[in-house]
Amino acid sequence: MSNPQAPAQLAKAGASASLEAAHISSLEELERIAKTLRRDIVTMIGRAASGHPGGSLSTVEILTSLFFNVMRHRPSEPKWPDRDRFILSKGHGAPALYSALAETGYFPMEWLSTLRRLGSPLQGHPDMNRVPGVEFSTGSLGQGLSVATGMALAARMDKRDYRVYALLSDGECQEGQTWEAAMFAGHHELDNLTVMVDANGCQLDGFICSILDLDPLPAKWKAFGWHTLEVDGHSISELLAALEEARSTKGVPTAIIAHTIKGKGVSFMENNNEFHGKAPSPEQVARALEELA
Amino acid sequence: MAAFPMGASTREAYGKALVELGRENPNIIVLDADLSSSTQTIAFGKEFPDRFINVGLAEQNLMGIAAGLAASGKTVFASTFAVFATSRCYDQVRVSIAQTHLNVKIVASHAGISVGEDGASHQAIEDLALMSALPGFTVVVPADEVETPQAIRAAANTEGPFYVRCGRPKAPVVYPPDYHFTLGQAVLMRAGADVTLVANGLMLAPALEAAAALERDGIDARVLSVPTVKPLDQEALVKAAVETGALVVAEEHLLHGGLGSRVAQVLAERRPVPISFVALRDTFGESGKPDELLAKYGLTAEEIRKAALATVRRKTT
Repeated sequence: MSNPQAPAQLAKAGASASLEAAHISSLEELERIAKTLRRDIVTMIGRAASGHPGGSLSTVEILTSLFFNVMRHRPSEPKWPDRDRFILSKGHGAPALYSALAETGYFPMEWLSTLRRLGSPLQGHPDMNRVPGVEFSTGSLGQGLSVATGMALAARMDKRDYRVYALLSDGECQEGQTWEAAMFAGHHELDNLTVMVDANGCQLDGFICSILDLDPLPAKWKAFGWHTLEVDGHSISELLAALEEARSTKGVPTAIIAHTIKGKGVSFMENNNEFHGKAPSPEQVARALEELA
Repeated sequence: MAAFPMGASTREAYGKALVELGRENPNIIVLDADLSSSTQTIAFGKEFPDRFINVGLAEQNLMGIAAGLAASGKTVFASTFAVFATSRCYDQVRVSIAQTHLNVKIVASHAGISVGEDGASHQAIEDLALMSALPGFTVVVPADEVETPQAIRAAANTEGPFYVRCGRPKAPVVYPPDYHFTLGQAVLMRAGADVTLVANGLMLAPALEAAAALERDGIDARVLSVPTVKPLDQEALVKAAVETGALVVAEEHLLHGGLGSRVAQVLAERRPVPISFVALRDTFGESGKPDELLAKYGLTAEEIRKAALATVRRKTT
């Protein structure tokens, strides 16, 4: 759970308040980072003996693309007014966000081993008042897009050019509020707002298609006035291209449906809903880390 | 009976206050959910169209957008009817506004049974219980056109989430023009030594009328206005319990979780004395004229008077 870059960035953070996060363009480097995030996630959830590994692992390439390439942000200045905003609407994916924040230098790597412990800033679901870089507190599904929409509106009112990204789960698209917000953002033509749907096809009790099918999900977003794209959510190059298209799309918000695999990267977790909200045992952590070496 | 001149409704006073605040503070944003002509936010919308957003019939989204704007540094007023501003979107308020302790001012109109003809679905009788239960929320119930603008100004100028409860009908003017509202402070409306009548909002005028009637009964009643339901002015209540030895709490709300419950909780811990409650008891409202409903459900000066007489008899000293 270490990244030689993080301490260096932390050290620099003290020296310069204007340091922006590294913009990494090498795909190999980004893929290496994605693997690091996966190791962080498995390790911290294993240590906490509690958490949601499946839906954290499925978001890794999305978070890697945003935090290490696409977003304009300053880990040394989390409240920089011109930062791009990221809202993890699927708050149970917190370990992935915590890893991305630690690896970019928002807080010390050591925090990761305190996940879900009494007194830790790293709550089970993200808390904006405890963790630098957590843009908004989430955990009750369906609320993040409304908040992101409010932030996108604020940018327009203040004539600032920051962008707002909201990461939703596909299961979360069953919540009515998601569509209230989608309708609003479409009507108000909020082109500074981008939704990423982590479409891993699973929810807590099983497969989405058997519990409450969302198909056709892209058509739904389109019908609500959004430019809609579909990508392989584990292909960083596809994600970067889609995010670039979102940035250049004017007059409408963009929804990127990222098809993912729940538990991605750990063979025995992939598409295994047992690991929706269950931590791996120490043996399973060891096996997972071997696979992610 | 003391008669008070009829003034504007508290929702009208809110609408007017918002426009004034809007002129002074460009950071104020107002949101409504398709009821702006009823909540009176429409006046702000007309003068400041760029700072007013009608989100449509979507109260959950209303609260989320309010939270997003507040997290971006705005002071946000979010308005709709009290039923729709509280129970309809309670989890959104809980997670996105209370847990985050953001600068969102939920100012709801049409609270209580005095909504009248629209009936039970539109009469918020549990809103104070819901909003007072949320950690960090400040809850205010202004009574008239004098107090409302000051309460709204205090909300705008105080960090953190607020719930301000306004009503539909015209409200009698109970405060003098030089009244000064202070957040968290009870107001001594009338001195008295035998019993204290505690009220706010629409029940403050009946409480004052009851005190006048009690004088004819030979009872010297104090009247304490408690516009700030949370945080409660504990010292004023304890003082009243010490000095008068009995209280009646009157409110246009369910007995459970409203002003009466909160007063009783404080005094049970600090100064137990006999207390009676004039409130709705485990019932919804119904259609009817506001005055008919207030009479049917016992929210009147006469009921407060009777409760005071009974409570005074329960005093042990």
